Amino acid sequence: MTRLSLVAAGFKRHRLRLVLTGLSIVVAFVLFSYLVAIRKAFEMGVSIAGADRLVVRHSVSIIQSLPASYEAEIERIPGVVDATPLSWFGGIYKDPKNFMPQFPVKPEEYLAMFPEFRLPPEQKAAWLATRTGVIVGRSIADKYHWKLGQRIPIQATIYAPRTAGHDWRFDLVGIYDGAKKETDTTQFLFRQDYFEENKEIGKGRIGWFAVRIADPKKAPQVAKAIDELFVNSPAATKAEGEGAFAQAFANQVGNIGAIVTAILTSVFFTILLVVGNTIAQSVRERTQELGVLKAIGFTDGEVLAHVLGESLALAGLAGGAGLGLGYFLVSLGDPTKRFLPIFFFPREALGVGIALVIGLGLVAGAVPALSAMRLRTVDALRRG
Amino acid sequence: MTYSSTLDAAAGAPAASSSVLAQLLGVEKSFHRGAEEVRVLRGLDLELRRGEFLALMGPSGSGKSTLLNLLAGLDRPDSGSVDVDGQRIDRLSDRQLARWRARHVGLVFQFYNLLPVLSAAKNVELPLLLAPLSGAQRKQHVQAALAVVGLEHRAKHLPRQLSGGEQQRVGIARAIVTDATLILADEPTGDLDRKSGDGILDLLQALNREHGKTIVMVTHDPHAAARASRTLHVVDGQLSREMAA
Repeated sequence: MTRLSLVAAGFKRHRLRLVLTGLSIVVAFVLFSYLVAIRKAFEMGVSIAGADRLVVRHSVSIIQSLPASYEAEIERIPGVVDATPLSWFGGIYKDPKNFMPQFPVKPEEYLAMFPEFRLPPEQKAAWLATRTGVIVGRSIADKYHWKLGQRIPIQATIYAPRTAGHDWRFDLVGIYDGAKKETDTTQFLFRQDYFEENKEIGKGRIGWFAVRIADPKKAPQVAKAIDELFVNSPAATKAEGEGAFAQAFANQVGNIGAIVTAILTSVFFTILLVVGNTIAQSVRERTQELGVLKAIGFTDGEVLAHVLGESLALAGLAGGAGLGLGYFLVSLGDPTKRFLPIFFFPREALGVGIALVIGLGLVAGAVPALSAMRLRTVDALRRG
Repeated sequence: MTYSSTLDAAAGAPAASSSVLAQLLGVEKSFHRGAEEVRVLRGLDLELRRGEFLALMGPSGSGKSTLLNLLAGLDRPDSGSVDVDGQRIDRLSDRQLARWRARHVGLVFQFYNLLPVLSAAKNVELPLLLAPLSGAQRKQHVQAALAVVGLEHRAKHLPRQLSGGEQQRVGIARAIVTDATLILADEPTGDLDRKSGDGILDLLQALNREHGKTIVMVTHDPHAAARASRTLHVVDGQLSREMAA
């Protein structure tokens, strides 16, 4: 027997209570795993934002369009390497629930601007050769079981085509993959020239520009230069780093980070009370046993460590199991059926999870351990 | 330097070699019951000889268990001195006192006080966790202690699988496993029937006579006290009568 096995032996008492407490910890850490994955999904644009990329939009709002002619003017500003237009298309594939971001883009410029989108060369060539061509991310292709060569109808909600009806027809010529886990593989990208030629409204207008700059350190100066160029025009601009833009976009849904933090704080505070109560109850029931430990020579500090050890072991085993189960469940995929652009357990969250496990064990066990430490041996032995 | 000599050096006391194992001088001890102060021990003096089996008798509340607690280093006197084996234990810090108990005292309780989730062998092994011994050495000590109390065959049983007498034997094995200087037993037969109680008294007597253990036993039972080599009565916080067996 070791002191560790003495701690483990304590788990043989009140097994049902132990299992129920352990399960509540497991559930809390599974919830933690899901919430960090969801937060990561909403912060996706922020975390992968290129430091050398700016977004230039209308100064009033992103739904206000900009003249397509700004592209050339932006590209003339010192420090700008390239600019490429994007627009929010907002079409529907069969059912409004089938959401995916759809953008008309200039293929070569776009792929150069976002090298994290990996498209096989032959598919890129096919896209350049096909005016109605569209490329989609792997997640979307898998979700709708799309195959190369397939014709995909998209119902317009903003931009009706010149042809009769509301459907745009695209030919699937490529499926891109992400260079990183965080890369968004839910986009539906088709050609700007085809879009421009066939849309009825908003001719010569685009939604916003993605701009690559030569030196990320000079991003504020370049952004300022862009805004100053258009300040007195009918469509003044707001240029900002891609990360800030993505954060502002995510914040339209709400401050996901704050919401997730609030939920997790509530959950872990509740779990803290549950585990603290379990340990405290266990200490109260074993007052005499703790008195025996002291009587046979365990010091106050050793009794404190023993109770804290029990609390840490409970939190460690159940919390570890919860993190493991959470990791596994998250790896099974997005429970929203790929509404979220990415869904995985972020590596950095593992450290937070482990810190929470240790913190839970220490904090929940602190008060019972201190009261066990302060027990007078004679009094404890008397409480039979 | 051994485990015990480290402790002795820390307390600054030489090891005693006289025939007196423990000496209490002018010991006073009071408790507070609400606003009332209850004087339990009133200037009590006691000499305990090495190798003797002393029975402490007296009515409830007379102070015999308090006296036992002071000898065990579980409590401290308000005034007076408690010297055990040349060590002024009333002057030790809480931590030193805990370590002193681990090395020098074996406690036997009326209700056995075994940990219900540990087997008999593991209950016996418990005090050895505090000693600098290897796993194999601890196992050897446990087997020896269980052999002394005649329970080798029940080593793997949990306390609830043992009779009261067997549980008390495990308690005694736990008390002797560290080769303690002093065995202190508080009503060791108080929860047992006569037959089991006699078995426990036989065992304590054997430990005293055959193994030379110094034993102090608190009891209400004259039949149990008759097994001791000396009986003292504690009345109103003082030793009133001395009877040699």
